[in-house]
Order: sequence, then C-alpha cells, then structure tokens
Amino acid sequence: MKKHIFKRAYEMYYDGFRSMTVGRKLWVLIIVKLAIIFLVLKLFFFPDILHTEYDSDESRANAVRKSLITQP
Amino acid sequence: MNDFLSMVDWSRAQFALTAMYHWLFVPLTIGLALIVAVMETIYYRTNQERWKGITKFWMTLFGINFAIGVATGIILEFEFGTNWSNYSWFVGDIFGAPLAIEGIFAFFMEATFVAVMFFGWNKVSKGFHLASTWLVALGVALSALWILVANAWMQNPVGMEFDPAQMRNVMDDFWAVAFNGVSMNKFFHAVTSGWCLAGTFVVGVSCWLLWRKSNVEAARSSLKVGAWVGLLGILFTMWTGDGSAVQVAKVQPMKLAAMEGLYDGKVGQELVGFGLVNTDKRPGDNLQAINYEISIPYGLSILANHDPHSFVPGINNLIYGYELNADGDTIKTTSYAERMAMGREARKALLDYDKASKAGDESAMADAHARIKDNFKYFGYGYLDKAEDAIPPVALTFYSFRVMVMIGGYLLLFFLLAIAATTWKNKWLEKSWLHWVGIISIPLVWICSQAGWIVAEVGRQPWVIQDLMPTNAAISDISSSSVQITFWMFAVLFTCLLAAEISIMLRYIGRSSKSNIEQAH
Repeated sequence: MKKHIFKRAYEMYYDGFRSMTVGRKLWVLIIVKLAIIFLVLKLFFFPDILHTEYDSDESRANAVRKSLITQP
Repeated sequence: MNDFLSMVDWSRAQFALTAMYHWLFVPLTIGLALIVAVMETIYYRTNQERWKGITKFWMTLFGINFAIGVATGIILEFEFGTNWSNYSWFVGDIFGAPLAIEGIFAFFMEATFVAVMFFGWNKVSKGFHLASTWLVALGVALSALWILVANAWMQNPVGMEFDPAQMRNVMDDFWAVAFNGVSMNKFFHAVTSGWCLAGTFVVGVSCWLLWRKSNVEAARSSLKVGAWVGLLGILFTMWTGDGSAVQVAKVQPMKLAAMEGLYDGKVGQELVGFGLVNTDKRPGDNLQAINYEISIPYGLSILANHDPHSFVPGINNLIYGYELNADGDTIKTTSYAERMAMGREARKALLDYDKASKAGDESAMADAHARIKDNFKYFGYGYLDKAEDAIPPVALTFYSFRVMVMIGGYLLLFFLLAIAATTWKNKWLEKSWLHWVGIISIPLVWICSQAGWIVAEVGRQPWVIQDLMPTNAAISDISSSSVQITFWMFAVLFTCLLAAEISIMLRYIGRSSKSNIEQAH
C-alpha cells in the first residue's frame, strides 16, 4: 500500500537526519550560530531604534524629519 | 562632533565587515548550486553511478557552505534598524519590498528543496530529485536577485517619490525599481561571478585531488565541469561588467572618475592600464593624478560609452560643472556648488514643511512640498560642507578596480587552460604545475570577488543613496562605543564561522580523498 505523502515526507526528514555524518556537526554549528544571532545579538545589541523608542509611524516620521533637518 | 564622526566610521566599518564576510559564502553557494545541478543532470542522462557519487561529493561541500553561510546576511538587516535608522526609514518600502519577496519566496523555495536535495536520494524519483536540485539553484539566484535589486536602488534611486509627511520614499513604479539597467547588470554580474568563483573552487579542489593522485577519474570529470561553468561564468561576468561600466558612466560618473583617478576628462579618453595614484592630488590643483601611467588610447571612452570619440567627465568636470563636446567646446552642466545650493533649499523646505505641519497650515505645507520636489534630486548635497566631500576614496577605488580586472583576465586564461587540459592536452593533468595553478587560484578568485564589491561600494561614497542621502545623514543617534563592541563581536563570530567552514571542508575533502568518491552511498 502506498504511504501518505506526509508520512513519506516525515520519513524522508527522519531518515535524512539519522543518517547524517558531516551534517551533525553542521547542525550544532547552525543552532549555536542562530542562537547567538537571534537570542544574543538581536535581543541585547541590535534593537530597532525607531520601533523601540517611538510607538507610531507618525512619531517615527517626525523623529527622522527632525534628525534630517537638524543634522550638521 | 568627534564621537559623531567616530560613530559614522565605526558603523561603516561594521557594515563593511559583515557584508564582506557574508560575501565569502554567498557566491560559492550560488555557483556550486549550479555546478551540482549540472553534475546531477549528467548522472540523470547517463545513468552512470559514478556521477551520482561525484554529485554527492560536491553537494556535501555545497551543504557545508550553505549551512555556515545561512543567516549571516540577516545581521546586515539588524544593523539597518540599529545603526542606520534614518536610512531605514527614509528608504521605506522600496528596500522592504524586495527583501520581503526574498524572504518569503526565494528563501523558502531553496529551503524546501534543499531538504529533498540532501535527504531525497532513493526516496523520490530521479526526475523529481533533479528538479529539486535545479530549483535550489534557481532559488539561490532569485534570493540574490532581490537583494541586488535593493542594492541597485541605492546606486540608482528610481521608481519612487519622496513624501515629506511620511518622511519616506514611496514606490510608485515597481518595475522601474526591479528591472532597470543598473539592477539587471548588477544581478547578472554578481550571479555569473558566483559561477566563476565556484568553477575555480571546483577546479582547484580537483587539482588538489590530482596532486594527491587520489580519485583521479572523479577529479578529472569534476575539473571539466568546473572549468566549463567557470568559463561561462567569467565570459558572462565580463560582458555584464561592460554593461555595468556603461551604467556607472550614466548614473554614477563620479565613481567612474574615481575608478580611473581621472580629474580632467576629454573626448577620446584613454584608460589607465597601469599607474600609481598620487594621493596628494586635489581637485583644481596642477598636480599629476597618476604617476608612471601606461594608458590604452580611447579605452575609457569605449568602456563608458561604447564610442571611442565620446567625452568622459573627470572629477574636476563634475565638481565645477562643465563638459566638452566633440568639437572641444565647453558645455555647462550642474556644478556641485549648484547641487549643494539645491540640496540646502530642499532641507530648508523640509524645515518649513515641518513648521507648517505643526501649525496646520496646509497652504504653506503644499508650497514647501513643491519646493522639496523641485530640489529633491540633489537633496543629499545639502549635507555636504564642500564639493570635495562628494569625491570617493580615489586610491582604494582605483586599485580595487585593477585588482578585479587583472584577476578576472587571469581567470579567463585559467579556465581556458583547464579546458585545454581536459580536452586535447590530457598530459597536463598529470603535471604538478597545473595542480598548483589550480590550488593557488582558489584564494585569488575570492580576492577578485571582494575587490569588485569594494569598487561598487567604496566608489559610491559618500552616498548611502546616490545623491539623496550621504552616509553621515543616514545613521542613528547612538554612541560609537556600542558599535565598537558589536564590531568586535562580529569579527570574532565570523572568523570562527569561517575557520569552522574551512576546517570542516578540508576534513571532508581529506577524508573523501582516502575513499572512492565515485562510489555513491
């Protein structure tokens, strides 16, 4: 009997991950890298300045206008 | 003021660092995806198991590079929001739309089919697997398309209108943004340079296998595919490079003048083949711009306009606002002093718009808006102190251009040599000089690729958006120390990633060289 497409897709991923050789090390690297990028850098070092300091598009536009008018 | 300058410099250094590291991974992904697809197509058509093994070997190297490089570009977007908030807001949906398309469509396309490509062997039909591999190659190129469209808009801002109420540029013509001469040349130039880079990588690694006398047949077959893809890549790169030069001459003539160290242009302008930039040279003085110059007659006029008798403006021509026609008569153009006056008028109109908006005076708002519109073309010049501030770093642009062109020329010969070795000069494949030429060419092609981006990005300074926004007006009001901290964090993170990639790749290649690559598993 032919298996359901989702079952086949699941098995493809399951078998694929299980039979990885080089890939296991890569997955560790990917997870560590993504954790550093999104959980450390994005959260603590890279706030979106205009979105954190202002709560509406109008106030953001005003802030940018003020900055561009007053810059030396 | 010092902290402000330092903030601009550190933000630029950080962006340059992350972009350059990101571009170490991207072109290899673009080119290797195509090469793997070509190899799998050969397997599909010939049904020879050895090609399946060869495909899987290079596919694994593609996977290592893809895994390490993925998401390194997202950091650039973080930097937009934190360091470059004025810029991010000012570009509005013009930058957002292509990046959103990239994120939703192209990235998911390649991410979906990458899984089939790696895990789908013997699970899906051969045809479906091959289609998935080609779709990954297409998805990777489409990702590049939308990023490069966004970059091209910064070099050639078209298809939009500035709205002072929103303080944003609003896209009014998507097709003009996406498919103009600059964006298309940039896209094909970058993608085909990726083919060239990956071709060099495949030839170089194959040469290493041949030097080790390991997997000789697989190395010969790989070398042949790499050399042909690389040759195709370098030919297209040269062709689109020629198209890019024409576009630069049209929309960024100051960049072209800096690429050549050209101060006073003329009809039938020569191209500097060799020379040393005189770094003391300033606009308007009588010093020689290039020392020990060896020139190619009419070269720059042909490169810029495809016409040996055309005029190419130099830095002085652009700043002081004059050109010459074919008869040698002077023609007045818009000088940088006039552009600065228009830019200042646009800034003043923006201030008036702000006041009128606060006072609720709609008539004054409309008047100010009209003045902004009339002068907006040179809005960014309103931030310059003097005309000379609009000149990019000449020496860096000049030398980077020559490094790119010289290595590009070398790569053409290199691929022809590799093709000769795999077709009628088979004995060369046993010679260690050929093996070492292949191995040494691997770092050269990366230097060439990076040099190209230095020309494109340093050459357009001081503009973050050509003529509309200089770098110093684009940044956020944050302290330079926070940027310095993240600069060093990135330097460490990316260096670790690069070291990890090289180490994993070398170990994989080393291990594979001791087994039979052609034996598919």
